[in-house]
Amino acid sequence: MLLIACPYCGPRPELEFSHGGEAHIARPEAPADVGADDWGAYLYLRANARGLHAERWRHTHGCARFFNALRDTTTDKFLATYECGQPRPHLGEPS
Amino acid sequence: MSTRYRSASGGRIDRGRPVRFTFDGRPYIGCAGDTLASALIANGVWLTGRSFKYHRPRGVLSAGSDEPNALVAVRRDEARCTPNLRATQVELYDGLAAVSQNRYPSLAFDLGVANNLMARFIPAGFYYKTFMWPAKAWDRLYEPAIRRAAGLGDAPTAADPDHYANRFAHCEVLVIGAGPAGLAAAMAAAKGGERVILVDEQVEVGGSLLDEPADGGTTIDEISARDWISQSLARLAAYPRVTVITRATAFGYFAHNMIGVIERLTDHLAAPPAGAPRERLWQIRARDVVLATGAIERPLVFPDNDRPGVVLAGAARTYLNRYGALPGKRVVVATGCDSAYAAALDLHHAGVKIAAIADVRRVPAGPLIEAARRAGLPIRFGCMITGTTGRLRVTGARFLVITEDGRAGLGETVACDAVLMSGGYTPSVHLFSQSRGKLAWDPDLQTYLPGVSAENERSAGACAGRFDLAGVLRDGEAAGSASIGVEPSRTFSVHAMAANPRGVLGALTHDRGPRAKAFVDWQNDVTTNDLKLAVREGFQSIEHVKRYTTTGMATDQGKTSNLNALAVVASALGRPIPQVGLTTFRMPYTPVTFGVLAGLARGDLFEPVRTTPIHGWAVAHGAVFEDVGQWKRARYFPRGGEDMDAAVRRECLAVRAAAGIFDATTLGKIEVVGPDAAEFMNRMYINAWTKLGVGQCRYGVLCRDDGFVMDDGVVGRIAADRFHVTTTTGGAARVLSMMEDYLQTEWPDLDVWLTSTTEQWAVIAVQGPKAREILAGLVDGVDLSREALPHMSLTHGVVAGVPARLFRVSFTGELGFEINVPADRGAQVWEAVWAAGQAHGLTAYGTETMHVLRAEKGFIIVGQETDGTATPDDVGLGWAIGKTKRDFVGKRSLARPAMSDPARKQLVGLATVDPARILEEGAQIVAEPGGTTPLTVIGHVTSAYFSANWDRSIALAMVSGGRARMGETLYSPSSTGDVPVQVVSPVFYDQAGEGVHG
Repeated sequence: MLLIACPYCGPRPELEFSHGGEAHIARPEAPADVGADDWGAYLYLRANARGLHAERWRHTHGCARFFNALRDTTTDKFLATYECGQPRPHLGEPS
Repeated sequence: MSTRYRSASGGRIDRGRPVRFTFDGRPYIGCAGDTLASALIANGVWLTGRSFKYHRPRGVLSAGSDEPNALVAVRRDEARCTPNLRATQVELYDGLAAVSQNRYPSLAFDLGVANNLMARFIPAGFYYKTFMWPAKAWDRLYEPAIRRAAGLGDAPTAADPDHYANRFAHCEVLVIGAGPAGLAAAMAAAKGGERVILVDEQVEVGGSLLDEPADGGTTIDEISARDWISQSLARLAAYPRVTVITRATAFGYFAHNMIGVIERLTDHLAAPPAGAPRERLWQIRARDVVLATGAIERPLVFPDNDRPGVVLAGAARTYLNRYGALPGKRVVVATGCDSAYAAALDLHHAGVKIAAIADVRRVPAGPLIEAARRAGLPIRFGCMITGTTGRLRVTGARFLVITEDGRAGLGETVACDAVLMSGGYTPSVHLFSQSRGKLAWDPDLQTYLPGVSAENERSAGACAGRFDLAGVLRDGEAAGSASIGVEPSRTFSVHAMAANPRGVLGALTHDRGPRAKAFVDWQNDVTTNDLKLAVREGFQSIEHVKRYTTTGMATDQGKTSNLNALAVVASALGRPIPQVGLTTFRMPYTPVTFGVLAGLARGDLFEPVRTTPIHGWAVAHGAVFEDVGQWKRARYFPRGGEDMDAAVRRECLAVRAAAGIFDATTLGKIEVVGPDAAEFMNRMYINAWTKLGVGQCRYGVLCRDDGFVMDDGVVGRIAADRFHVTTTTGGAARVLSMMEDYLQTEWPDLDVWLTSTTEQWAVIAVQGPKAREILAGLVDGVDLSREALPHMSLTHGVVAGVPARLFRVSFTGELGFEINVPADRGAQVWEAVWAAGQAHGLTAYGTETMHVLRAEKGFIIVGQETDGTATPDDVGLGWAIGKTKRDFVGKRSLARPAMSDPARKQLVGLATVDPARILEEGAQIVAEPGGTTPLTVIGHVTSAYFSANWDRSIALAMVSGGRARMGETLYSPSSTGDVPVQVVSPVFYDQAGEGVHG
């Protein structure tokens, strides 16, 4: 069971959380102005990263808040967790 | 009955407390402190089971959890009968009844042994090669026969009556294994004053130190090994934050230093206290883990090495020194390493005749070998053991001396009643490997050792390839100190006989011909020949060889066999071992009961049951319930022997003729509150909310951003900044989660609060032309008139003395009210309405009638008419879309051309040509009758009922271009032929919609 550091509550076991898919996919401000391909990409295209992955988690059975995490999908190591709206931290990437 | 093979003195058993037990019904006597295996050995019983495939007689091989052979069932009663227990781990208690497995009719005379004679016809991959044709024989002949032969042990016939405990624990340092390394590590870590947990699978701590003779030469800090164990335990006990747990197997190493541990609590007791949990699952999260899991002795691979009485040398030493049980009176020792000499010496001192020590090495040297020579033991170097004689117990060992130039010398047979063997020790890297640590091949020790760690973890002692006691203790001290971030400080003064840790791997040379069976995996009956055959047939990866031959795939997971198998395969492939790889270690380390994993989540507690405040009334009135998510909902209320169809027919007619009462409490309810509540609703739902006045209701439809219907429900505006949102019963959590998602992550600018109020309100629906009359006498300060409270409006007031939110809504097409009262007053209000309604023919109805009534009106149920690919327009809800809204969730997707394709499936009604014929929900719809497969399917039936009010069958369906097909005849293929149906409006009843306005 993963140990996940909620930015609001601290480290908690995975069973308190739900996974929310890839992070930093903002809903377009004016969807009506978005072309079909871009809208399709917003809806369906995901990085499916092998390695570092910025993803959303929700502390469903805790503070119920969404936050973002940087996790390595090959090792399950969390490099960082951070509040929604914060930029993706530059950690662990090849410089 | 005498225990002929009990040593004169010594051991950690209590000789003053005899313990009676039976094995296969025969009575024996052991001592308190014995395991079943040690007690049987002390009684001279070596035949403990039959092997899995060949039904060969087998005896105890080891003394611990690595035991592959001596699997027994221990039976207390019908329900408490545990198969496949390792006799080496079963603690003896008075009255223990153990039986052997995999034999018929008896252990000594087993018919299955015919397999052994047929062995040349059932090689590796036998199943894959043999049962291929004729195909018809598979169902009737092959599979039943294989199933009868397969499996090991019998499951109990009654449900498990025991209960199991579960505990989460946190600590800074978890030490796994309480041998010398683990004890040293725990003592070092304890100094930090933080929480330390030490677990060990055995009955007592000490590990390999328990195998030392009481008066042996080994000392630590100038005291005997046993005294050092006691001293260490006393030291640990002085630290209040140190916990020592024995009979506790760390079976799994999970992500982020979560370790699963099973603690066995009552299986060793003659009379477990009533109500005591049988086992406890510990889920321990540790900051640092020290693995001190020791090493497992490797058997030698030579022909007939599986005969009862052939035992690992270290195990024989354990039986002698720890349990006072003698493996035999005249034993032969076959070895490829130094440690077996220690066993030979201890047995020699206990008065056992050592008939021969056959050492496969040509010129070994060291203090142990020197001691054996001084003791006058007959040692032969460069001597291979090539076989054993005997039937149910070994009677002799065959030797072959290999001359210095590598040629085989003369063979010889030496009489004996036990053969001790050792190929050296394999470090237990199971948990390290489970933690995703990378193993590294050590060319010096010829074994895999922990390499790069993946977790905050350290391996210490024998599991890290360190075998000298002083080094093991230093290792433990270092690992324990490092776990708390300090330098090691303690030193140990050790006097022990040094032993070369190197052993031998793979098969020994022999002169017994190609058919001789040299076992590699005892439990799955895999021989060197099977492995070589797999290589000859083209298998190169060890993972493939493993699956083809099943080596290492038994319940012991190849603890004793994996490295030998790897060596045999590497040799057959002509490659070095590290190039052949290593199979993956998987949890559990030893078998785990289902009971302890299930814990309390069984029976009534398997999943929480949600009941409404009206549940008790429904039970008292004979309701038949159905599960809707976790809710129990009343499905129908049969009277006087009615079946469901009759009850539903009566309930349906009653609602439309008079009135019905329905428990709608399970509907999801979300209170949306805040200055931006209306804006939030505008963005979430397809409908327009700005103009919805306070006190008005609207049917809301929620889409996902892909434009497909996700949920629906009536929404009431309680105040300018407050909406009472209802959702489907099953969708409540999903909808709230989606709302929170958008609110928190997309629109944090909106000032809105979301609260689930599902469980706060009891909801009582009163539907039917008499509804108003029934409620009239119950309300206080509420005008129920058509003008004051029209359809789709709400008001506040008092109903039956309870403050209520009263909704004028209808899911039946009749005049309807939904009374929302605080949940704890729900039953009271329900009773009052029920009593008031009796004079008006009020009838209680359940979900089945609710489904029929709404289908008569063409109202959809999300998840029944929709399947995640239906747009609002597809299900006839295009009218609900707020056309002038700039945006809402799903709007952009609905603008995609495919979403307005006229060929999309659309909601229609179907009227069967035969009015008595009820379609099957889920059935396909085709345009032409009598087609041949594959048919061109144009739709499917989503709901189908018999409508009592229309006196005919009705159905809803999603049909391609359905709204343009009104009046067409289509067909629904069924097992009895194509059923003709006519496409009609989905609204079967009251198409003008006048009923609701009554």
